Amino acid sequence: MYAALWRVLPGPWWVRLLIVLVLLAAVLFVLFEWVFPWVDGIVDQNQQGTVGT
Amino acid sequence: MAGELLLTAGVLVLLFIGWQNVFNSWVLNGQQNGAAAQLGRQWLDESASPSGGGSSSGGGSATQTSVGPAANIPVEKSAPANQQPIAVMYVPRFGTDWKRTVREGTGLDVLNSSTAGVGHYASTAMPGAVGNFAVAAHDTGYGSTFLHMQNLRLGDKIYVQTKDGFYTYAFRNYQYVQPNEVAVLDPVPREQSAQASDRILTMTTCNPPYHTVERLISYAVLESFSKTPPAAIASVVG
Repeated sequence: MYAALWRVLPGPWWVRLLIVLVLLAAVLFVLFEWVFPWVDGIVDQNQQGTVGT
Repeated sequence: MAGELLLTAGVLVLLFIGWQNVFNSWVLNGQQNGAAAQLGRQWLDESASPSGGGSSSGGGSATQTSVGPAANIPVEKSAPANQQPIAVMYVPRFGTDWKRTVREGTGLDVLNSSTAGVGHYASTAMPGAVGNFAVAAHDTGYGSTFLHMQNLRLGDKIYVQTKDGFYTYAFRNYQYVQPNEVAVLDPVPREQSAQASDRILTMTTCNPPYHTVERLISYAVLESFSKTPPAAIASVVG
C-alpha cells in the first residue's frame, strides 16, 4: 500500500519525501481538528471525577 | 497489505490517546485558565467601582477572620441555573498561575467545557456557607484540572473568588472512596445525621490518574474572608 504510493509519486526521492511529509501533515491536521473530537464525543461518556450514581 | 492496514489502525489509536490526554488537554488547560482569569478580573473590577454590583460600599481591605457558624460572611442565597459561573478557584499548589471557573452542575457540559473545568454539585452549599461547598473536576484529560490533587499538603490555601470577595480555605485531609460514595457531599461529610457548623470545601476527582476505579476526595476548611484579593494571589488575580 505505502510502497505503491511511493512508486506513484513523481520526481526524485527528495521531492517524493517532501510530498509524503505534506500529505502526513494534512492527515494529522484533519485528525486533530475534526476526527478525534468527533470520536471523543462517542467513546468517552463516563462521569470521571464525580461521585454519584 | 493487511499488515500495513493493521499497523495504521494501531498508530491511529495511539495518536488518539495522545491527542486526548496531551494535546487536547493542553489546549483546554489554556482556554480554561484564560476564561477564569477574565471572569476573576471582571468581578474584581465590578466590586472596585462604586456603582458596581457590590452589596456594601467597599471598605478597603476588610478581612473577616472569624469563621464560626454565626460569623457574618457573605453567601449567595439563590441557587444558580445549570452552567452559570459561581466562583473562580485559585490553588497555588497546582501551579502559581492555576485558576479555574467553577460552574453550576457536574455534567460533562461543565467538566469538559473550555470555559469551566470545575463543576459545583448542585445539591451542596454555596462558597463560604456553613456546610459543604462541593466541586468536581477531571484529573486527566479536558484540561487535567485536578491532576495535581495528590500534591496538596496540610494547610495549603485554596482561594475561592465570587462576586462578593475571596474565601480562603485551608486543606485538611484526603479520603479515597468508591465512586458511589455520595456521603462525601453531606453538610458534614460522611456524617449524615450531624449538624453542620464548619464551612467546608470538598473537591472530588478520579483516582488513580488515568483510571476511574476510585475517587480521591480533598477536604478544606474556611479560614478567612476578604473583599480584596489575599496577598498570596494578588498578582494572579486581575
